[in-house]
Amino acid sequence: MSAVIDTHGHAHDHHGGYGGVMRWITTTNHKDIGTLYLWFSFIMFMVGGVMALAIRLELFSPGIQFFNPDLFNQFTTMHGLIMVFGAIMPAFVGFANWQIPMMIGAPDMAFARLNNWSFWLLPFAASLLVISFFTPGGAPGVGWTLYAPLTVQMGVGMDLTIFAVHLLGMSSILGSINIITTILNMRAPGMNLMRMPLFCWTWLITAYLLVAAMPVLAGAVTMSLTDRHFGTSFFNAAGGGDPVLYQHIFWFFGHPEVYIIALPAFGVVSQVIPAFSRKPLFGYASMVYATSAIAILSFIVWAHHMYTVGMPVQGQLFFMYATTLIAIPTGVKVFNWVATMWQGSLTFETPMLFAIGFLFLFTLGGFTGLVLSLVPIDIQLHDTYYVVAHFHYVMVAGALFAAFAGIYFWLPKWTGRMYDETLGKWHFWLTMIFFNITFFVQHFLGLAGMPRRIPDYPLMFESWNKVSSIGAFGFGLAQLLFLYVVLKAIRSGAKAPERPWEGADSLEWTHLPTPVPYHTFETPPVLK
Amino acid sequence: MKACKPARGIATRAAQLLAVISGWALSGLALAAEWNLRPAGSKIATEIHDLHEYVMILCTVIFVGVFSFMFWSVYAHRKSKGHKAAQFHENTTIEILWTVIPAIILVIIALPATRVVIAQKDTSNPDLTIKVTGYQWKWGYDYVKGEGEGISFISTLATPREQIENRAPKGEHYLLEVDNELVVPVGKKVRILTTAADVIHSWWMPSFGAKQDAIPGFIRDMHFRAEQTGTFRSQCVELCGKEHGFMPIVVKVVTQDEYGKWVGDKMKLIAAAADDPNKQYALDELRTRGEQVYAKNCVACHQATGKGMPPAFPPLDGAKIVLGPKDEQIRIVLNGRPKTAMAAFGGQLNDVELAALVTFTRNNWSNKTGEAIQPAEVKALRK
Repeated sequence: MSAVIDTHGHAHDHHGGYGGVMRWITTTNHKDIGTLYLWFSFIMFMVGGVMALAIRLELFSPGIQFFNPDLFNQFTTMHGLIMVFGAIMPAFVGFANWQIPMMIGAPDMAFARLNNWSFWLLPFAASLLVISFFTPGGAPGVGWTLYAPLTVQMGVGMDLTIFAVHLLGMSSILGSINIITTILNMRAPGMNLMRMPLFCWTWLITAYLLVAAMPVLAGAVTMSLTDRHFGTSFFNAAGGGDPVLYQHIFWFFGHPEVYIIALPAFGVVSQVIPAFSRKPLFGYASMVYATSAIAILSFIVWAHHMYTVGMPVQGQLFFMYATTLIAIPTGVKVFNWVATMWQGSLTFETPMLFAIGFLFLFTLGGFTGLVLSLVPIDIQLHDTYYVVAHFHYVMVAGALFAAFAGIYFWLPKWTGRMYDETLGKWHFWLTMIFFNITFFVQHFLGLAGMPRRIPDYPLMFESWNKVSSIGAFGFGLAQLLFLYVVLKAIRSGAKAPERPWEGADSLEWTHLPTPVPYHTFETPPVLK
Repeated sequence: MKACKPARGIATRAAQLLAVISGWALSGLALAAEWNLRPAGSKIATEIHDLHEYVMILCTVIFVGVFSFMFWSVYAHRKSKGHKAAQFHENTTIEILWTVIPAIILVIIALPATRVVIAQKDTSNPDLTIKVTGYQWKWGYDYVKGEGEGISFISTLATPREQIENRAPKGEHYLLEVDNELVVPVGKKVRILTTAADVIHSWWMPSFGAKQDAIPGFIRDMHFRAEQTGTFRSQCVELCGKEHGFMPIVVKVVTQDEYGKWVGDKMKLIAAAADDPNKQYALDELRTRGEQVYAKNCVACHQATGKGMPPAFPPLDGAKIVLGPKDEQIRIVLNGRPKTAMAAFGGQLNDVELAALVTFTRNNWSNKTGEAIQPAEVKALRK
């Protein structure tokens, strides 16, 4: 962003670095790479968002109006993949790049060149996903879960998607190795693990989840690839395989993936809420333990996505009990955040609004998660719009709201310029209201029995679908306002004060000037 | 008067538009009565409703409890009101309490849930066993044990394509109507075996609390016991390709007497409708029959125009396969095409239907082979 470019001028003289586009292609600076990740994620958010609006447009009325069912399925598939792998995950890797070195007092990430490569894999992966629409047969219309054996029926777009998943996985694994190494080896003297800002803790744990889960996904899609082209029968009963095996492997990745997305969001919120409450985070140690507990539990609950495949009753009960256990550490986190606000001295700038919005709606999503964890209720609600509502409360009101909170929170530090507070608040309220109009009613649709991933629906679902579609368009437009607010701040925002937020107290606020220079902590800070 | 006409025209049009939008938005809300689980039609569905209500009440109480603390804080502990921040950051007692109490709440939720799970999984001693097969994109029903044993039929969407494509007003049961309903007797334990011929589907009847994926190559089971007569409607709930949204499930629950009568009629109908595969049929006879078969089985992909939706769903009009050697085409229709959505119709259609279908495609649109395919030719190519 512009402030970084300004400071870059005098900072790079001893590297002989490039200017222009080549600067961004060759950069090994964690701040540049963080910026790249964030802009990439925003572009993907727009691409995935357009697909979401196409879906809501078709669902505005019963009947087939705009897209044939095949194309509709392609949209639902690519919307999911692009939002999960292209928008949300890279956004938080962007935060990690910017923040982790500054928060632990390190000069940069441990493997600077690897960092460049883990970013530059992403545009290629994203291109493969988008190009798949233009191949014969189009993009795969199988849902983001890519369930076998439907994948076998797809055209070459399926293969592009599989390769894209490989690249995305590689990028995530390399990024995670980098984060783990940075946190474990490059903390400033005196910054012991239990002194780190919680954001670093949540990312450390997330990085371990990624290293453990992404290869499993790569394995699953590779098995699909060989089933498609090389005569294997991993997921084909006629050859001795089992289609349900794919689901087991996928969700062994897929459930940790939920926390890969949620934990860094918890981390951001755990920085924002204390800052605007002017009070230390309540129960720091229990936050660390709760995060670890969630991470460990996330590996033994995967089959709760598969209650209807026909598991033995013992299996259903085990996964039900294990899943409900997650409510305990998650509850601890929610209680800690509320206790942090309790007796604080609260102000409600945009980051805090988004953090409170997160807390409120994520908890709602957590409760619907508890409802879904119970086998008998899930048998009714599985693969209905209730599930769609549930995971959008967790992914959008959870992860995306936290990402917005983080952007508004750190933008002044990164760019040295303030965003427009009034417009920021407008962005929050519009997002909050339209989000609920879009997704709250989907709970009703699910309860009443509307299956997910259908391009057309029985007449009794019409009214809530109309409401939801209107909400979706409002939500989409509100995000253009976000883009405007950010661009306005970067170009012509008021100069940020040295300490934009009086309550923020991690190293980047206390030990570094605003805006942060291109290189920071070349000598480690002295910690009391 | 004349000068201000355009302006007034715009204003009037805007007002009309506003009225239409708001009126329609209000009517939408007024119609939105569908917001909870469908009325239960079996004991298990009732138990699921009760469990859901119980959990929702607990969740609501906890949610309101927790967030009243937060909103009190938002209201009272504001800097703008001059509230000074306390600096406490831990309290072992309260942290233990808010770990242990949720754990206890989970136990009291898990207990009733476990009871329902076990009841739901008990498929022993059924009165009637029906095998359900998911096809792209219809359901096959085989009565395998109990009264009606031997009945077997395919159940396909009955909503006309004109309604789906908005060329005709939509009927009351739009997308929830089929040509052949599944008929079961009231009060009897029905065991459903699910499987699939191509990809994974999922059979769901919300009113009975019964949902089970239909997995190709495997048989899974579930059961329900309908407590009242009536017609119950639902849809496939596992994404199974292009027409996933168009394979409804309709169950008609009838009294024992009506069921007995239905079984008798159905048996007679099957006997009467049995096609004679040894007969020689005329071209026109085959074409007419073939058109009906095509409309039920092929039109979703290959389209009424025969132009298909290439490249995933190829055209038949002018296609090499259709105009080429007939044996090759018959083989494809019988056995399907691996790794595509082209299903194997050998198991779904009889020799006469298949012969009629192939004859139709070879003598429709611009295809004019003049060949009449006889059932015996299909029979000869069956493996």
